[in-house]
Amino acid sequence: MIATSYTKLRWKLIGITLSFSLIPLFVLGYVIHDQFSHSYEEKLTSNLRLVVNNKRDSIDMFLNERVVQLQNLANTHTIAEMTDQVYLNALFDIIHNTSSSFIDLGVIGPDGCHEAYSGPFDLRDVNYKNEAWFNQVMLKGLYISDVFMGFRNFPHFIIAVKRREAGRTWILRATIDSDVFTSLVHNARTGKLGDAYLVNSDCKLQTPSRFSGKVLSQAKIFANPEGSDVEICKWEERGATRVAGITSLALTDWRLVVVESPREELTPLLRSQYLVYALFLVCAVMIFAGTYLTVTSVVRKLMAADAERAVMDAAVMQSSKMASLGKMAAGVAHEINNPLSIIRESAGWIRDLINDGELDGYEVLGELVEAIGDIDRHVERARTVTHRMLGFARRMEPVHENVDLNMLAKQTVSFLENEVLHRSIEVVCKFNQSLPLLTTDSNQVQQIILNLLENAIDAIGEDGRITLVTRVEGSFVAMDVKDTGMGIPSDQLSKVFDPFFTTKPTGEGTGLGLSIIYSTLNKLGGRITVQSELGHGATFTFYLPFSGAIPDQEEPCPE
Amino acid sequence: MKKIRLLLVDDESDFLSVYTRRFARRNVDVSTAATGKQAIEAVKSTRFDAVVLDVMMPGMSGIETLKKIKAIAPDIPVIILTGHANSEALIQGMGGGAFDYMLKPVGTDELYFKVLDAIKNRLVESD
Repeated sequence: MIATSYTKLRWKLIGITLSFSLIPLFVLGYVIHDQFSHSYEEKLTSNLRLVVNNKRDSIDMFLNERVVQLQNLANTHTIAEMTDQVYLNALFDIIHNTSSSFIDLGVIGPDGCHEAYSGPFDLRDVNYKNEAWFNQVMLKGLYISDVFMGFRNFPHFIIAVKRREAGRTWILRATIDSDVFTSLVHNARTGKLGDAYLVNSDCKLQTPSRFSGKVLSQAKIFANPEGSDVEICKWEERGATRVAGITSLALTDWRLVVVESPREELTPLLRSQYLVYALFLVCAVMIFAGTYLTVTSVVRKLMAADAERAVMDAAVMQSSKMASLGKMAAGVAHEINNPLSIIRESAGWIRDLINDGELDGYEVLGELVEAIGDIDRHVERARTVTHRMLGFARRMEPVHENVDLNMLAKQTVSFLENEVLHRSIEVVCKFNQSLPLLTTDSNQVQQIILNLLENAIDAIGEDGRITLVTRVEGSFVAMDVKDTGMGIPSDQLSKVFDPFFTTKPTGEGTGLGLSIIYSTLNKLGGRITVQSELGHGATFTFYLPFSGAIPDQEEPCPE
Repeated sequence: MKKIRLLLVDDESDFLSVYTRRFARRNVDVSTAATGKQAIEAVKSTRFDAVVLDVMMPGMSGIETLKKIKAIAPDIPVIILTGHANSEALIQGMGGGAFDYMLKPVGTDELYFKVLDAIKNRLVESD
């Protein structure tokens, strides 16, 4: 019961300490982690915004350049110059040399027919009058088409500008290889899961996409961003989060889409996150270990203090019990002594009468003498008992006297005579007759011998032998109390003097007897040892100095 | 030989009567007192050769009685009877001028010889 309450106390202390140290640690960790990943994500988003803006600017710049180039050509040349096939060819060569993205160049009259054409295809007879772009350029002066496969069957788009010259309108049209966008856009891709592409207003791919397919296939539909802002979209795809930055181009209704996978981007963060988790785990384990060790040592100290106090309490209780027993014994002895005196003296008076010859000739004189003898003998026997009781009472007072250990042992054995006889235990005394007298407290020494004898009797049970041996060892007198009981297992041998250690069933032994002996001997300047082998009995040996330390004077037992 | 005059003080009447009977056979004239008060009265009126005093008495204790007797007649030897040898009463009694002490239960002959000793001792001292 005591052990479980200590265990409970230990876990309670551990629980309290751990909750006060681990909860703040984990709250701190969670907050740091949360803040850190939040700001990292923000950083990621702003980075994406930056990339999208840069790319859009360069695509816009590219388109703008082409448009300006065409406008310059249209504005600096007359229709007459441009329709001169030789001149146009020379002009296209110059343009193509400086910018290979131009595929062909055509001049179209207001009727939609090619007036002149320079390029790898034969388009001279194509009429554009009914094409939507033709009408639009005639209306607005500039047209940039979506990417299409067209007659040429490879992705391209056209830019057309209108020139009004002396009442005559003509159109300069150039075909641009859209591959240039592919290379412009693709270097915005990051990692293995990143993607970048252009889509038109119908979300048809203008450049190939990693995951959405070839040019002109349908891409994922995103909301249309307003103005030149970058819209950030987030969604889950194949178990991973994707983030897309979308922006509109200035000259066309195309949109630039850059897709990133934050998980991939966050890999360094995740790696450091795992490191932090590991650190937290190590911290937690260290805190746990530290707490466990501290609490265990505190509880152990507490247990030791409790045990020490229990021994002290038991010793105090023992001595007060003995004191009141002594008082009672003295009272009883006094009360019996008076009647004994009267009985004996009355018998003595009859003896006086016989001795004086006053009863001479009386028939039963012999029997009377015998009866008087019986009375004397039994009064003497009762007197021995009362004297022993008085002696016991006297011993409750701490006296430092010359103690004959042999005598004391013999007397103590006589206390247990009946018990020993009853259990057929033989008590053998092997005393060294030249033992010096000890200056010590005979009462306490007798208590020690009595306790050891009682333990020996308990260990034997029935049929056995107790051997008492006295001898001189250096400046000590030693006494062995050896029994033929079942002995003590070697793993318990070191514990027998511990408070509360008992092999007796619960409620029968306090487990304090031997520890009281141990502390009493310490006080008297002696010590006690034990030797035992399981099945071969046990030998307790105590040593007392010739002239021992004199323990503190206790209050003498009142008469 | 002159009869010895002895005062026996004890609270138990049977005790007094049996000792009186036995001492009478040893040529001792025993007067008895059941309390300390009676003992003091007796000492005042009669000149005893010795007093045997029990220290355990109700009312006035043996030690007190001893002191009072000693105040009246300092040269009367007083033998005290006690239950055991280590009692405080014994130490006080011996310090209070008792001749000697005897442990109860005490035999008449032992007490008789102790009384003779006391008387002899008194004669030696007064010489």
